[in-house]
Amino acid sequence: MQVREAPHLATWPMIISPKTLFEKIWDTHHVSQTAGGAHLIAIDRVFLHERTGAAALKSLAASGRPVCDPTRVFAVMDHIVDTRPGRGDGTLMEGGSAFITETRAAANAAGITLFDVNDRDQGITHVISPELGIVLPGVTLVAPDSHTCTQGALGAFAWGIGSSEAEHAMATGVLRLDRPKTMRVTFTGTLGFGVTPKDMALHLLATHGAGGGAGHVVEFAGSAVSGLDIEGRMTLCNMATEFSAMTAIIAPDEQTFSYLAGRRYAPAKFDDPYWALLKTDEGATFDREIVIDASTIAPMVSWGTSPEHSMAISATIPQGPDSAHAYIGLHPGTSLLGTSIDAAFIGSCTNARLSDLRRAADLLRGRHIAPSIRKALVVPGSSAVKRAAEAEGLDKVFIAAGFEWRASGCSLCFFAGGESFPEGSRTISSTNRNFEGRQGPGIRTHIASPETVAASAIAGVIADPREVV
Amino acid sequence: MMTPFTTLCSTAVPLLRDNVDTDTIIPSREMKSTGRNGLADGLFAPWRYTDVAARVPDPDFPLNQPKAQTGQILLGGANFGCGSSREHAVWALAEYGIRCIIAESFAPIFRANCIRNGLLPITLDRSVVNSFGWQTLDVSLFAQTVTAAGIVHEFAIEDEPQLMLLEGLDAIALTLKSLPEISVWTTNDRARRPWVYTGSPA
Ligand code: SF4
Repeated sequence: MQVREAPHLATWPMIISPKTLFEKIWDTHHVSQTAGGAHLIAIDRVFLHERTGAAALKSLAASGRPVCDPTRVFAVMDHIVDTRPGRGDGTLMEGGSAFITETRAAANAAGITLFDVNDRDQGITHVISPELGIVLPGVTLVAPDSHTCTQGALGAFAWGIGSSEAEHAMATGVLRLDRPKTMRVTFTGTLGFGVTPKDMALHLLATHGAGGGAGHVVEFAGSAVSGLDIEGRMTLCNMATEFSAMTAIIAPDEQTFSYLAGRRYAPAKFDDPYWALLKTDEGATFDREIVIDASTIAPMVSWGTSPEHSMAISATIPQGPDSAHAYIGLHPGTSLLGTSIDAAFIGSCTNARLSDLRRAADLLRGRHIAPSIRKALVVPGSSAVKRAAEAEGLDKVFIAAGFEWRASGCSLCFFAGGESFPEGSRTISSTNRNFEGRQGPGIRTHIASPETVAASAIAGVIADPREVV
Repeated sequence: MMTPFTTLCSTAVPLLRDNVDTDTIIPSREMKSTGRNGLADGLFAPWRYTDVAARVPDPDFPLNQPKAQTGQILLGGANFGCGSSREHAVWALAEYGIRCIIAESFAPIFRANCIRNGLLPITLDRSVVNSFGWQTLDVSLFAQTVTAAGIVHEFAIEDEPQLMLLEGLDAIALTLKSLPEISVWTTNDRARRPWVYTGSPA
C-alpha cells in the first residue's frame, strides 16, 4: 500500500498551483491512497435519520463494530415522523413507529447525539445541521440521504451516501472514494423580480439535464450566487442531486461566517487561518464550466416526471418522453399557466426555512386559497423555524388563507405509505422531486418556488407569482 | 463477505427508460422493515403490479414476462437509480435476483451502492444497451467485456470497484487494515483543527 502524506495546513500557502475550493478540502482530508487507487478521505461528521439510519446502526452493531467517534455522529427523526399536532412515536405509515423506536434504541446504544421526535432542535436533517452549526465551512459531512448536498451551501464538502457507506464512515472515520471531477456553474448578473434560487436550480436542470452534473462536484459561483442569502444558497445546492452531481459547494464568505458563528456546535469566532483559505484560487481550473446569465431566468415550474422536465412558467410544454406526458396528463404544445390544481404543499429541505415561509406568507396575507384546492399544507423545515414563524404570526397568515400548519418534518415531500394528497390530485409543491408517485400513488406533482405555490393556491390554477399584487 | 462477481451468463431484461428513480425501484411504502430484507416483493411495485395492494402482476412489465424469469441482467437508460439515496433499491434488486445492470449512465449514489452489495453496474453506449434486449449476454468482470451474439463489447470500471466485486470484499474490513495511518492522521488533525472535535456543545 502506498501511503501519501496528508498535506499539512501550514504547507498550504506554499502550494504553487492554484486550487479549487473542493480540491483544498479534499487535500486536507486526504489520509492515504490505497493500492486499488481509491482515496481514504477523512469524514468529520455523519448525520443519520430514522428512515435509513436504523439499518446502518443496527447492521454495524450486528457486525460487532463500534462507532469510532460517537461525538461526531448525529441523528434526527424527520422522514416518517408524524407532523400533525400532539405527535408521539405513532405514524400514519403502517409500521412506521418501528423505524422511530429502533433508531432511538440504536442511537442510544451507539452513544451518538439524537434529536428526538419532540426535541426543540428536531427538524429536517439539512435544515437543522446548519441551524445548529453541525455543518461548518471546510468540513466533510456525509448522510445516508441524497439531499445532503444542501449543506454544501455553507462551504462544506457534504454529500449523500448509502447505508453501507454510512456504516463504513462510522466504523472507520473515513470513506474510500474515487476523486470526483469538478464543475463550476457561474450565475452572472442578477435575478429578476419574483425569481428565486429554486428557479435557478430548475433552470439549470431544464437546460443541462438531470444527468448534467454526473461525476462532478459543482461549485456555484458568480454575482447572482454571492448575492443570495444563506437560506437561498441552501435551496440552490439542494437540487444538485437532481443534477446527478456528487454534491454542490459554495465558497463561504462573511455572510456564511456570521450566520454560523456562535451556533451550538460551531466555533464562537472564525479566526483560524483555515477559514480564510476556503475559496477557489484565481486561475484554478475546473473540468467543466457552465455560465448562466441569471437575468434570463424566469419563475420555473416542472411539467413532467423528472426535475429536468421544467420550463419557464409562461412557456409551452415541450415534447418529452411519452411516459411523462401520460403520467402528468398534459400534452406538448399546451400551456401550464391556468392548469387547474387540487393541492398545494410548502415544505421540504428545499424550501421550508423561515425566509421561504415569509415570502409565501407575504403573498397569502389577506387572501384565501381557491375553493377547488382540496388539501394545502405548510410544514416548517425545523422546530426552530416553526417557533420563529409563529413568533412573527406567519402561522396565522397561513391558517387564515386556508393552509394547514404542521409540525416540522419531511411530511408529504414524499409518500411514506401513510398520508397522501386526495386521489388523483395535481399538486403544486415547493419540494425537489416530481417523480411518478413521489407524493403518493398517481399524484401529479409540479415543483416550483414557495411564491409560485402560494400564487397558484390562491388562483386554483398554476399562476405566475409576479402577477399577484 | 459478499458473493464475488466473476462471470455471469443470463438473459438481459430491457427496462429502457431514462431517469428510473429509486422511489420507483422500491417505493417508500414497500420499505416495511428496518433491515435489509423482505424487499423483493416491492421491487418496481408501481410498474410491476396493476393493483399494488392485491399484487396483481402487469403482464406487460418486462420483469413479469415469462422469458424474464431467469434474467439476472437488467438494462436501463440514462441516469438509472436517480433520486433518493436509499440502499434498499439495491437490496431489493439483489434479493429479487438481479446481479448486473447495464445502462447508459447511473446516478452516483446508486452506483456506489451497487458496488457495495455485489451488483455490477456497467455503463455502455445507449445504442449498444438497446441492442441487448432479451439477448443472452456473457459478462466477464475480469476481462471487462459483455459478449452478445458473438460480438464483444468492452466496458470500463475503476480498479478498486473491480477488485471489490471480483473478490467479494467487505469494504470496512479492508479499510480497517489502514487503521494505523488513519489514527496518525486523526491525531495530527486534532491539533490542526480542534474545532472539528468539540463533540458536545461548547
Ligand atoms: S424533505 Fe424531502 S427531499 Fe428533503 S430530506 Fe426530507 S424527504 Fe428528502
